[in-house]
Amino acid sequence: MAYTLNVNGKSTTVDVPADMPLLWVLRDVMNLPGTKYGCGANQCGACTVHMRGRAVRSCQVLVSAVGNAAITTIEGLSPNGTHPLQRAWKELDVPECGYCQSGQIMAAAALLAASPKPTDADIDTAMNTNLCRCGTYSRIRAGIHRAIGNVANTRGEE
Amino acid sequence: MSTMTLNRRSFLRFSALTGGGLLISAYLDPIDLLAQGGGQAAAPRPDLFIKIAADGIVTITAKNPEIGQGVKTMLPMLIAEELDVDWKDVRVTQADFDPTKYQGQQAGGSTATPGNFMSMRNVGAAARATLVAAAAEQLGAPAGELTTASGTVWHRASNRSVGYGALAAKAATMPAPDMASIKLKDPADFKIIGKPITGVDNDALVTGKPLFGMDVKVPNMLYAVYERCPVFGGKAKSANLDAIKKLPGIKHAFILDEQFAPANPGRGGGGAPAAAPAAPPAAPLSDNRTRDVYSGVAIVADSWWYAESARKQLKVEWDLGLNATQSSASYDAKAKELSTQAPQRQVGSVGDVDAAFTAAATNGKVVEAAYYYPFLNHVPMEPPNATAHLANGKLELWAGTQTPQGALGIAARVAGVTNADVTFHMPRMGGSFGRRLYNDYIGDAVAIAKTVGQPVQLRMSREDDLRNDTFRCAAYHYFKGAVDNAGNITAWRDHFVTFDNGGNLNAAEFPARFVPNTQIVASSIPKAIPTGAHRAPNSNALAFVMHGFIDELAHAAGKDQVAFRLALLAKTPVQPPVDPAAAGRQGGPGGGGGGAVPGVGVPDRMRGVLELVAEKSGWGKRTLPRGTGMGVGFYFSHAGYFAEVAEVSVDANKRIKVNKVWIAGDIGRQIVNPINAEAQCASCVIDGLNQLMNEITIESGRVVQSNFGDYPLVRMRNAPPVVEVHWKLSDNNPTGLGEPAMPPIIPAVVNAIFAASGVRVRTLPLQKSGFSWA
Repeated sequence: MAYTLNVNGKSTTVDVPADMPLLWVLRDVMNLPGTKYGCGANQCGACTVHMRGRAVRSCQVLVSAVGNAAITTIEGLSPNGTHPLQRAWKELDVPECGYCQSGQIMAAAALLAASPKPTDADIDTAMNTNLCRCGTYSRIRAGIHRAIGNVANTRGEE
Repeated sequence: MSTMTLNRRSFLRFSALTGGGLLISAYLDPIDLLAQGGGQAAAPRPDLFIKIAADGIVTITAKNPEIGQGVKTMLPMLIAEELDVDWKDVRVTQADFDPTKYQGQQAGGSTATPGNFMSMRNVGAAARATLVAAAAEQLGAPAGELTTASGTVWHRASNRSVGYGALAAKAATMPAPDMASIKLKDPADFKIIGKPITGVDNDALVTGKPLFGMDVKVPNMLYAVYERCPVFGGKAKSANLDAIKKLPGIKHAFILDEQFAPANPGRGGGGAPAAAPAAPPAAPLSDNRTRDVYSGVAIVADSWWYAESARKQLKVEWDLGLNATQSSASYDAKAKELSTQAPQRQVGSVGDVDAAFTAAATNGKVVEAAYYYPFLNHVPMEPPNATAHLANGKLELWAGTQTPQGALGIAARVAGVTNADVTFHMPRMGGSFGRRLYNDYIGDAVAIAKTVGQPVQLRMSREDDLRNDTFRCAAYHYFKGAVDNAGNITAWRDHFVTFDNGGNLNAAEFPARFVPNTQIVASSIPKAIPTGAHRAPNSNALAFVMHGFIDELAHAAGKDQVAFRLALLAKTPVQPPVDPAAAGRQGGPGGGGGGAVPGVGVPDRMRGVLELVAEKSGWGKRTLPRGTGMGVGFYFSHAGYFAEVAEVSVDANKRIKVNKVWIAGDIGRQIVNPINAEAQCASCVIDGLNQLMNEITIESGRVVQSNFGDYPLVRMRNAPPVVEVHWKLSDNNPTGLGEPAMPPIIPAVVNAIFAASGVRVRTLPLQKSGFSWA
């Protein structure tokens, strides 16, 4: 089946089965490997992308259900890796192995879009389904707080 | 300035790059820190490459595989420091695995710092000396009057300078420097070492650039899944391959036979292809032979999802082999039986434990306790995967592995080529924790690629990896201990019931040398599932049981937990039999030396971190609310000394919250990269909490758990909000940090649960005692 998807502001047509999860369309068909596979079962959040601005698990979204919804992946979060979260992640050295971090950043970006000043409790609730096996949780939380500061303060990296 | 003491055989080779750059390949006999620390001596090794472009940008090759431990940043920091360039001018490139150029390309045992701290600095210093010599000619000034800073050579007397980039072409023609005259920087002058340097891959990571094995894409590449027998050692007899081949996107479906590793493959597996398989034992009880390729069914498709989807229709007739009756319940029953019998082996004995127990029965206290820790999976976030392309007798391989030397041997044997015919790229790994010490997925991938004659990427699913890991081995410890009325441990008995090919227990394992009467004995349960190293191997399990039972004895003696341990450390050690090799293995190379005792190392250093963590945590000085308690543990592993305190709250429903963790660590005189060092410590804490709440169980020879639903990792809400890290700098060579902070957190939390709730946890995971995360 041919599906025309709106990914990172670009319209792309792919020929894939209706029940192919968006994760695999992005990674293996559209060559956008920033979105990661961790479990395929809605349990880890490594595959988090935005669909109509909200965080979704791309391993659970069938390509046939996407329609013309705007999809944003980590590759499309900002033009040059300058989203406040991306800058904060680098400043605080959040990644260890880094494999889960694109999912973490996408989940955090959806949180900040909906709730620009989250409390620690808000952060825990929004981020609790994103696993980090390396255990970078305290830096992820700090990174979200730093990003809020980065929104107000648009100077470059330290 | 400390004088560099390179071996005379050391030399540097220089060659000009096209475009006027300088390529320095440093062939060094490194300062052998490993030998200084009691480890093995290293052979001469060609070590790494520095490229200086005409514009002064320095590209440094990171030789070791990156698993999240930060080595891709740390090794180039060491070179850049002594080269005397600004970190902003450094670019880092990842080396392929190439034993003709590099040595020690591995990740494991927290060895990167002790193994490279001096040798990488020497490389940078030697390169700097050559650039200075080139500048001396160019500026017409004596080398002794020249200084360097920020990638520039200065002649201050005439206020002239020349950048490294402008010197690169000339330096390429210079003779090798006199190594004996080369000086390393005074640590007081460090500008990079000891500074918080953020990860060199961070830009790529936060923008989703391909870095990982899972991201590799090769022209004409197909994707594979591989269904192994759910019972370890079983074989695929037949499958509905014709039906599978008709499914959408499927290109190939076939059965692969198992291929056994050579009986003694050696460190690298050698270069000889297709060595004869090891013969099975005459009357085997179980099958735990090492395989290069597992028996299974490969499904190869245009997309991994096609292959994974087709697997749902796959029907395989298995020969389940010898292991289908094994189960966790049978292991438990066997352990119980063994615990009541005479032990199979004596590990070590000092004094007379029976007399001490008799004395304590009337004049002290005797405590008996049975401890258990389960099998565990490594669960790296990125499931194991490998991409292989075999064509015209050459194999190209893209595979994250901690042990590329072993992987090379497997890959070459399976492909039927020599090691020299393999080009081996090492992508970044999405975590490993010991998983990718074992290269099973690489052998399978090469076998599949060989069969289809086209590049193939084999990806394990999460379910595949849960079931097909090399697991952390479970074990049981049956303890009996005695304390006298003064609060001294007078006897310590440990019947260690482990498994065939399972974990190790050294006769000198702490507190054995610090107790006058000890008896360490062992028995083994036959098992088939493969077990091996898991972050801080052995130590991660032994810290729990040793410091759990020490806690029990301290409690029986009515003593403060920290004071009790300090008193134990202050005792003059008795001398039970010590196996230096085992002690070295336990302690890891690089520090502590041959006299280091498993679990404690050098007592004075351990006392230092224990006192520090007690001070920083306010041990014994804080008033805690009801239901909240503090627990302590310490452990020496991988040459690192760590003492940790956890503050834990337990509610009426046995829900646990770890409120705060304090860590005190001694890994020598220099923390190379503090921002990463603290991250590794926090990571160790989370990893310890993962171990507290997880287990792999076996039924009918099969792993029961399949995904994060039944192997639940710590989530943000469960993570302690604060992990405070304090360093005790000591005048010892710097050692590694991927592992040693991990073991003490487990007893610290378990002992805090006791302090908070009065419930003594002797069996992991905690769920077995009714606990859950708050």
